[in-house]
Amino acid sequence: MGRGAEPGMVLEIEDLCVELSIEGRWVRAVDHVSLSIRRGEVLGLVGESGSGKSLTALSIPRLLPDNGRIVSGAVRLLGEDVRGQSEQAMNRLRARSVAMIFQNPTTYLNPVLRVGAQIAEAFEVNPDLLDGPASPRGISAREARRRAWRKSIEYLRLVQIPDAERVARQYPFELSGGMQQRVVIAMALARQPDLVIADEITTALDVTVQAQILGLLSELRRATGMTLLLITHDMGIVAQLADRVAVMYSGSIVECADVRSLFRQPRHPYAKALLETVPVIRGNRTVFRPIPGTMPPLTDPPGGCRFHPRCPDVLARCAGVKPDSVHLEPGHMVACHLYGAR
Amino acid sequence: MSGPPLLDVTCLTKHFPVRTGFLGRATSQVRAVDGLGFQIEAGQTFGLVGESGCGKTTIAMLLVKLLEPTAGHIRFDGGETSGLGRQAMKEFRRQVQIVFQDPHGSLDPRQSMLSALIEPLRTLGIAADRASAADRAREALELVGLGPEILRRLPHELSGGQRQRVAIARSMAVAPRFMVLDEPTSSVDVSIQAQILSLLADLKRRRALTYLLISHNLVVVRHMSDVVAVMYLGKIVERADAATLFTEPLHPYSAALIRAIPVPDPDATVSAALVRGDVASPVRVPSGCRYHPRCPFAESVCRDVEPPLAELAPGRHVACHFPGVARDSPS
Repeated sequence: MGRGAEPGMVLEIEDLCVELSIEGRWVRAVDHVSLSIRRGEVLGLVGESGSGKSLTALSIPRLLPDNGRIVSGAVRLLGEDVRGQSEQAMNRLRARSVAMIFQNPTTYLNPVLRVGAQIAEAFEVNPDLLDGPASPRGISAREARRRAWRKSIEYLRLVQIPDAERVARQYPFELSGGMQQRVVIAMALARQPDLVIADEITTALDVTVQAQILGLLSELRRATGMTLLLITHDMGIVAQLADRVAVMYSGSIVECADVRSLFRQPRHPYAKALLETVPVIRGNRTVFRPIPGTMPPLTDPPGGCRFHPRCPDVLARCAGVKPDSVHLEPGHMVACHLYGAR
Repeated sequence: MSGPPLLDVTCLTKHFPVRTGFLGRATSQVRAVDGLGFQIEAGQTFGLVGESGCGKTTIAMLLVKLLEPTAGHIRFDGGETSGLGRQAMKEFRRQVQIVFQDPHGSLDPRQSMLSALIEPLRTLGIAADRASAADRAREALELVGLGPEILRRLPHELSGGQRQRVAIARSMAVAPRFMVLDEPTSSVDVSIQAQILSLLADLKRRRALTYLLISHNLVVVRHMSDVVAVMYLGKIVERADAATLFTEPLHPYSAALIRAIPVPDPDATVSAALVRGDVASPVRVPSGCRYHPRCPFAESVCRDVEPPLAELAPGRHVACHFPGVARDSPS
């Protein structure tokens, strides 16, 4: 166990800063982000494009793009900081502890490999995941392959793919987008990871298929107790799945609270405004309110609080001083001068 | 309702041949749009919803004459739109404009915004010279809430929301009467989406426009539209005024679409999905009711007989053997 590890914490990110090289200049894209996830918890990380939510997630398995770097902070996975790890140790973590699921399943499926074989890869890398009478290492290669295939089919069933035996023998192009995304989820779960990171996984799907995948995730959660970092721009999805929510704006978490408090009583002006931009049907009408202006470019962020040029409640010091995070009550954090006790 | 509808579509059909093999013979047909009929009154916003592959975009392309229909008629302002001469076609293009989903794709990466805005004014013969075209371009930008500094920029120097505003400005510059909006907000963030929707509603009021709004986002369609049609695999399965359709959907597919919207409320009861599987391929359209393989209420008649789009009450059209069947299902 590393420094500062709390029991039951799967992930602790502390003061993470990530920079991106844009037009030959390093700009701050993630700015002192801290968050944590307990075992079995679903944390929703919401924000608009460019808010830094995906970069925060990619820092966990250290898979930042070539023009990105972690400049400071700690990312502790099961108590160990991923920053000090060798590439070999990282590969072990990526294979066993963290699973990532992305928006576009076709990109992450091998087009020339049967679906069942792609899931079975998890058991080749880690034979301990196979169950059976003899110890997995003691069985013949053929027997191991047979068990791995059977286990793949079990996972296809777990993600509610009908006719799993047949689908296991199919290639990705033979499956619809929704089915492909189920396969990717099965591949992730087959490794029995400590943490699953889901980045906009239903954005490319149709609404009715999205509803099916969201239903599947809630059921998998009940069945397997998975720990999930759910990244999305859709407040509806967060409301449906998350236990806690962190709202990001221009590289910083501006508010973090349990899902009910955040939706009932958002405190940060951006969190409030973001909730109001989502059109909802109320009785006979739909209501929503736009946020004026746009998110500042990373290359030229405003000083102080980055939301201040768009904020309806802006104070004099907002332009000059970046607000500290304040805990309004246990588990409810907000970074805004309106609540700055100190 | 007074006078003839601004747009009158009857039996509109578009099939695309699927060519395979060495000789490229057409072996089957994609039935993208299959015998569609609807009217849009002047001043209305007509919403068209459906999932990918249902033929929404094909309809958009047919209406603005970027595609020719396989069969059927489109009448605009009382006149047939097929076989237009050069001059009549120019006039049609001036009156009917389209805004696409992805402003990235509809703007030339090497063309300045000024030149992008001027081009349609010149080709359609609306502005006599470059100077008056530039004036109109500036006016159009102002209309969508952008300043003249945008004129010198290239598409990559603009944000997604700004690009979509430019695309709208370019359509507005020719002072059209009818606009087809094909997923106008699905490539922008939610805060920008809200801005664009407000802008479109405002323009419609100020310029007395008629819209056809195409979207997969039901809440957006609900917000913007007077009348909504739900499409499935090339057919309209339900059409009604927006409030009625959303409060009391009669087709099980409409009900499933509405129920599928994730509600931004942690205490909302999440009901089981009302639909099985994915959208079928428009190449192999299912027999009978096209929706029957996904419909949890399907009976044998649904497999065999295609239900016609019937008017159950004034303005209320449904193509289902058991309209309202989803209403009584447990949520």
